[in-house]
Amino acid sequence: MTTIDKEATLQSNRSGTGTRATRILGIATIISMLWLVAFGLGFSPADRDQEEAVRLMYVHVPTIWIAYLTFVVTAVASGIYLFGRSKSLGWDRLAGASAEIGTVFVALTLVVGALWGRLTWGVFWQWDARLTTTALLFVTYVGYLAVRRLGGSHQQRARRSAVIGLLAVLLIPLVHWSVRLWRSLHQEATVLDSDGDIDMDGLMLFSLFVGVVAFTLFYIWLLLHRTRVMALEDLMEDRGLDQALSERRNEAASMNAAVPNSEEI
Amino acid sequence: MEDAGFIIGSYVLTFVTIAFMSWRVLRSGRRLADQVPDEDKYWL
Repeated sequence: MTTIDKEATLQSNRSGTGTRATRILGIATIISMLWLVAFGLGFSPADRDQEEAVRLMYVHVPTIWIAYLTFVVTAVASGIYLFGRSKSLGWDRLAGASAEIGTVFVALTLVVGALWGRLTWGVFWQWDARLTTTALLFVTYVGYLAVRRLGGSHQQRARRSAVIGLLAVLLIPLVHWSVRLWRSLHQEATVLDSDGDIDMDGLMLFSLFVGVVAFTLFYIWLLLHRTRVMALEDLMEDRGLDQALSERRNEAASMNAAVPNSEEI
Repeated sequence: MEDAGFIIGSYVLTFVTIAFMSWRVLRSGRRLADQVPDEDKYWL
């Protein structure tokens, strides 16, 4: 291989937002997802009460876990941006990327939950406390993402979305404890309940654990990529703005040169 | 039988969504990274 070929290969390897670490993380994510399919659809036994519908739990529970995690990360990053000294836009991008992923995961939670509801309750949707507060959580973060797309500078975007990010996270305790606060059709937490007891078959618990690990790895992998993409988007936006300003200045300068001054007249 | 459709459908929906999100992010990353010099990519 010539030096030019080596340089070309190096350049092509550097394209995109990937690094060695994200590639390793990506492979680990794919392997854990395959494990989830194997355990969720194959090895896990059917439940005594829910029967085969329990297999939906291995997707439904990890998706809401990821949604909670993403919104907490958004709130923490927003807090660091708002109250920290650096005012680094990196925190704002981390908050935005995390909220984007979380919003998709809440939507998945709602859809998979509706399918599970149809199998166990006989209906897709009930205006139940848990379902309603989860839908409210989804709408709130859609609003957060909409606010991020309003005009203004990057710093303005970061400031206003950080405030919303810090307020919106307060919905999570409401969603989580809604089954206790109100009379709810939705079951209480099986694993992270207040008395610490886990009433689950070992293989079922392991399948759930595989799901949580798989989705958490995916979240970290996607968060890294999305944050980098956002940095590139901001950079391109700044460049576009600089270019437009420079074109305007050149245009103004050429117009001034074309207009004869009073001495020439 | 209805159970199987709902269960497999949920898994397919979840994994298709995940794959689509990944593809979208990787594609935009690749497109934008091609327009930016390496010194502006903090992760390199």
